Amino acid sequence: MYESFISQLRTIWQVLLHSFTKAETVQYPEEQPYLAPRYRGRIVLTRDPDGDERCVACNLCAVACPPDCIALQQGVREDGRWYPEFFRINFSRCIMCGMCEEACPTNAIQLTPDFEMCEYDRQSMVYEKEHLLIDGPGKYHDYNFYRVSGLKIDGKDKGEALNEAEPVDVKSLLP
Amino acid sequence: MSVGATIVFSLVLLLAIVGGAAVLTWFERRLLGIWQDRYGPNRLGPFGILQVLADMLKLLTKHDWVPPFSDKVVFIFAPTAIVVAMMLGFAVVPFSPELYILDINIGLLFFLGMTSLAVYSVLLGGLASNNKYALLGGLRSAAQMVSYEVFMGLSLMGVVMLTGSFSLRDIVEAQRDGWYCIPQALGLYVFIIAGIAESHRLPFDLPEAEHELTAGFHTEYGGMKFTMFMLGEYCGLILLSCMITTLFFGGWLGPVLPPIVWFCLKTFFFICFFILLRAAIPRPRYDQLMSLGWKVMLPLTLINLVATGAIALWMQGA
Amino acid sequence: MPTIYIDGQAHEVSEGDNLLQAALGLGLDLPYFCWHPAMGSIGACRQCAVLQYQDEDDTRGRIVMGCMTPVTEGARFSLAADRAQAFREDIIESLMLNHPHDCPVCAEGGECHLQDMTVMVGHRDREYQGRKNTHRNQHLGPLIHHEMNRCITCYRCTRYYRDYAGGTDLAAMASHDHVYFGRHEEGVLESEFAGNLVEVCPTGVFTDKSLVHDYTRKWDLQSAPSVCTACSVGCNIMPGERYGKLKRIHNRFNHDVNGYFLCDRGRFGGHFVNSEDRIPAVGKRDGDGRFSAVDADSAVSSIAALLRQGKTIGIGSPRSSVEANYLLRELVGAENYCTGMSAQEGALVQHALQQLEQSQALVPSIRAMESADAVLVLGEDVTNTAPRIALALRQSVRNKAYAMAADLRLEAWQDAAIRNLAQDQRSPLSVLSVAATRLDDVASHTAQLCPDDIARVGFAIAAELEGALPAVDLGAELAELAKTIADTLRSADIPLVVSGTGCGHSGILDASAAIARALTGPDRPAQLSFCLAECNSLGAALVADGAGMGLEEVLELAAQDGIDNLLILENDLFRRTSCSKADSLFQAAGNVVLLDTLTTPTCDNADWVLPTSSFAETEGTLISQEGRAQRHFPVFNSVAPIRENWRWLLDIGHCAEVATCKSMVHFDDVTTSCANTIKTLFGICAAAPAASSVPAADKVPRQTHRFSGRTAMRANISVHEPRQPTDEESPLSFTMEGHSAEHNGALLPYVWSPGWNSNQSLHKYQSAVGGALQGGTAGTRLIEPGDIDAAQESSGSTAPALNAGEYRLVPLYRIFGSEEMSVRAPAVAQLCRPAGLEMPASVAAELGVSNGDGVTLTATTGNVDLEVTINDSLAANCVGYSHGVSGTGGLVPGSATKLCRAENWQRAPELIGTDRGATTA
Repeated sequence: MYESFISQLRTIWQVLLHSFTKAETVQYPEEQPYLAPRYRGRIVLTRDPDGDERCVACNLCAVACPPDCIALQQGVREDGRWYPEFFRINFSRCIMCGMCEEACPTNAIQLTPDFEMCEYDRQSMVYEKEHLLIDGPGKYHDYNFYRVSGLKIDGKDKGEALNEAEPVDVKSLLP
Repeated sequence: MSVGATIVFSLVLLLAIVGGAAVLTWFERRLLGIWQDRYGPNRLGPFGILQVLADMLKLLTKHDWVPPFSDKVVFIFAPTAIVVAMMLGFAVVPFSPELYILDINIGLLFFLGMTSLAVYSVLLGGLASNNKYALLGGLRSAAQMVSYEVFMGLSLMGVVMLTGSFSLRDIVEAQRDGWYCIPQALGLYVFIIAGIAESHRLPFDLPEAEHELTAGFHTEYGGMKFTMFMLGEYCGLILLSCMITTLFFGGWLGPVLPPIVWFCLKTFFFICFFILLRAAIPRPRYDQLMSLGWKVMLPLTLINLVATGAIALWMQGA
Repeated sequence: MPTIYIDGQAHEVSEGDNLLQAALGLGLDLPYFCWHPAMGSIGACRQCAVLQYQDEDDTRGRIVMGCMTPVTEGARFSLAADRAQAFREDIIESLMLNHPHDCPVCAEGGECHLQDMTVMVGHRDREYQGRKNTHRNQHLGPLIHHEMNRCITCYRCTRYYRDYAGGTDLAAMASHDHVYFGRHEEGVLESEFAGNLVEVCPTGVFTDKSLVHDYTRKWDLQSAPSVCTACSVGCNIMPGERYGKLKRIHNRFNHDVNGYFLCDRGRFGGHFVNSEDRIPAVGKRDGDGRFSAVDADSAVSSIAALLRQGKTIGIGSPRSSVEANYLLRELVGAENYCTGMSAQEGALVQHALQQLEQSQALVPSIRAMESADAVLVLGEDVTNTAPRIALALRQSVRNKAYAMAADLRLEAWQDAAIRNLAQDQRSPLSVLSVAATRLDDVASHTAQLCPDDIARVGFAIAAELEGALPAVDLGAELAELAKTIADTLRSADIPLVVSGTGCGHSGILDASAAIARALTGPDRPAQLSFCLAECNSLGAALVADGAGMGLEEVLELAAQDGIDNLLILENDLFRRTSCSKADSLFQAAGNVVLLDTLTTPTCDNADWVLPTSSFAETEGTLISQEGRAQRHFPVFNSVAPIRENWRWLLDIGHCAEVATCKSMVHFDDVTTSCANTIKTLFGICAAAPAASSVPAADKVPRQTHRFSGRTAMRANISVHEPRQPTDEESPLSFTMEGHSAEHNGALLPYVWSPGWNSNQSLHKYQSAVGGALQGGTAGTRLIEPGDIDAAQESSGSTAPALNAGEYRLVPLYRIFGSEEMSVRAPAVAQLCRPAGLEMPASVAAELGVSNGDGVTLTATTGNVDLEVTINDSLAANCVGYSHGVSGTGGLVPGSATKLCRAENWQRAPELIGTDRGATTA
């Protein structure tokens, strides 16, 4: 009882002391706050070091998304790569939680420090793949999913991925 | 004062209080901003003072909606009651030896009566809204006010005993030898707490606890009717500060400066203090609020009363 | 009921189960790969290791494989023991050594048994630093995608493909860690049941090729309980939809019908739903002969106005639901209703129905067929007309092996042991057919005869079994055959006769019924099953209720008095009758109104075309060849102006103020009205719960709880999400809210259970592992054994005798091609060959033609040119045409035909790659 009473007074005193501290907030937009490179803002779709889009349309981002605001459809390109025929995110629903980035197994989705996406028309908040795809690998410079995966694509035959042996010769009798 | 002067003064006072309450909305937010290490409204006009105007415009132009499921007459009447009661409370406040509207020998009782009337506003608003959150808010408010009313009145009896009068002017005059905040420290403490509870401001804003009850008794209110509730609350805050000044801090008494300035300064200090409480102290649980009232505050008040009475008797005897 | 102790807890389990089954049945999670409820145990993967203790005092225990350990009274096991857990984790780690980093680009991901089991045992890091083995994939045809890298060598695929489905062209190759599952060379998998590899493979080695190329994860599929419409068996399916497209069809477990497996026609044939040939709008033919789109409601009122004046004939369809056929019958009146079958087929179906209703023999479910220990297939190419039955018959021949095992007290799940024990010994299966069939490899007696001879041998068998019947005069060879077959049937406990309308010969139906009758005794339940042509052949016949015209009768009527209006329900008349006949019908009819899903030649002759939903977008009751009424529910809503067939008809009925339609609003009203009007269809209401039987908040969700993209799927059209469509017609909802478990077995939209994302979660929905669904088996049987089993005269030959230079025309069926709708699925279409005429070499020599040449076939309805294929297994003097393939519409099964070499025949270009489904030996 006594302690809690003192504690209340202490609290009041300490809050009062804040009369003399500087504001933590800044005068946005004249003054821009510092945003760390890993700040969770708008997503982008990156490309692998070869310049091909990283997204393989695995749908994990869509299923991880709490407001269900990502929708995509997979397609298979002639060279054997899976790719999103469309990739749509409804930013008017997005809560920028970064779950899609965490779910993404190919590092295709990356969050950027850009959060300034005000629009007068909600429809303009719907971004398609062409709005999201950037020309670089983003934060992960060297990762290339298809160099790790066992899937055969043009220019990477079976057995040529990371840590893979030559394809087995079924007809060989050697041990 | 003549009747004419009284009428003029009361009109000026009315405007001053309403204006003060309006400015207080901005002032409170700025002050909270400072204490919470941010800016608060600072964009409109110098220091953002014109925010008051903007808010006023916004509230005036809002849809004045009466829910179809509500008890319409009571719903509209409820917010006016709190403003009227709080305004009437100012009638007995002596701002300076000359500036007052009414000096009646039961001034203190009149003040207590008026603040008690405010509970109807909240209770009726909650009932008339026909909304479960509003009803819960109203019920909480009724219970809270009934409880704290008891020792709010009792806590002031020490002051009355020392003065021997219910007249607020007499009470101020009686403090020329020393402010009652010293001998009546316990009474002051209880009165402050009960006052906050009566005006249901943070940390005792359980009737409108937005985390639990959406907005409590004024869930269904918007526009001007909501403004009335807010106005009532800020008037109550000012009135409470005035009363603390009057009853415990010598009212207009003070050296050099004119009495009215002293009164305003003291009142202003307590307003700031209440805002500080809001910035610093979290809201208790409802059962904590009730047990604090009945198990701590009431005994403290009674002790204060008995002790004051004993000392007063002893002093008389001596 | 032995009591066993698992981790100190006493459990009662079923006698004869193995521990894995028992544990799964108790709701315990024990990982496994090679075991499959339909295929038994071989103990190959070592994944279901547990500790078994000698007795109460034994604290060490020893590791045993759950799937190979019988449960015995008082046995003590531990699943949770550290040693068992560590063992299982080691096993999965070694299984995963070569597993590629493929999950994001694997079509199995999210419903992968390997993923589930890996998570279940807790294995995470591949500690082995060596390189991963890789394999080259094979092209296995347009249906199945092969990705060998992902294999964990559980051997389920070959066990299913070779041992269960009787395929020969998929095998395990090489040895040690080089084991490879594939064909000896690239090519289309030959088995008609290869598609089940998709579900049998616990990981992503075999996946659905059309799904791989337009992929949607399981959790994103909107699915509903449905029934396959590709043949008369009525297998239960779960089609999955996303973005308005049917993505894939999976097996929906029905204990009595399809169990765990589907045929490839059913699995891959449903994709016609996405066809570009879908009729997109309501069409009205203008003066210039072109269709113009008109408003649906005005079309309905115009058509209703047409119906009110003049004589209207309604042509129903054996591929439409009972409800739609019934509504049509109500619209035009029972006397003006035609079942939509040709007179010959209609009569056959009616005949078959009569036989089934009257026979004392049981009409078996597929599961019951599997238990038959002697089977006679009379004149039906089951593999191509009712494929799932063929798979069941393949299981029936194993009953001998099970009997031998039982003598040795071997449990039925000891798969490898029983196969070793029985070797080539099988229960008798006799196949009498016009040409070699795909079942011949497991048959004990086969003969290729012309339909008349098949009937006669059938009657001879009946005479052998029941002396009272008149003997049939056969040659010595056939008489001997009849006697042998009769012996096999006589000595069986559960004899089964399978026949059907495939040959177009009613004598064969009679003979089958006669045999079944002769076999039925007080202590022996003989079984009699007829394969019919289409998914609702029986339903259409039942709706006709003994009446119902055949197409030829409609034709006659048209020729005599003319018809004002012809209302055709989902029927392409050019498949049923010859072009000339159909043309003359359309000329005689005033207004032709067609309701159909896809454009057909009939469309070109209609004045009004109303687009109807496919099976995946509508509800309907279908009656299978077993007489089982089963309901299918819409998986997704069709796009306006496409409406459900029943809704079009009901709208027209309302507009035309047809009395019976007045009180009907919902689908269930139609069903109820139908059940009340037609006595024999009384049971159809029980096929599935009505919409009103489930409170709105308790509806069965079509979407999984992980369904994604809800707020973005339609965002390109409008960012404002529309309300979820409501479903007032069924107990299912188009949302992810509601209860998916604890519902009737007919309402199972998908299977999922926490930790069990793959289809292996099914056991959580079963009352016992491998047993019926907890909600009961879907569907209700309408035909139970009758008691009036009067002996019938042998109808003998129904076909005209052959003159010199004439040949008997017999229908040959193809799993891919003979069914109308499935050939419109792109993947299936790749496996279809053009219509042709098969003939024995002797006939070919007489005509002077060889493979690839053309012959002109002189039929009563006009000449047809067809390509020749030599098929020496055909009965003498028989020529077989590809039934149901476009170009053979007017050919009459069993008719005598003249043939001559077609001049000016252009040989088709050589096909590259294996051609599957060929019946040549």
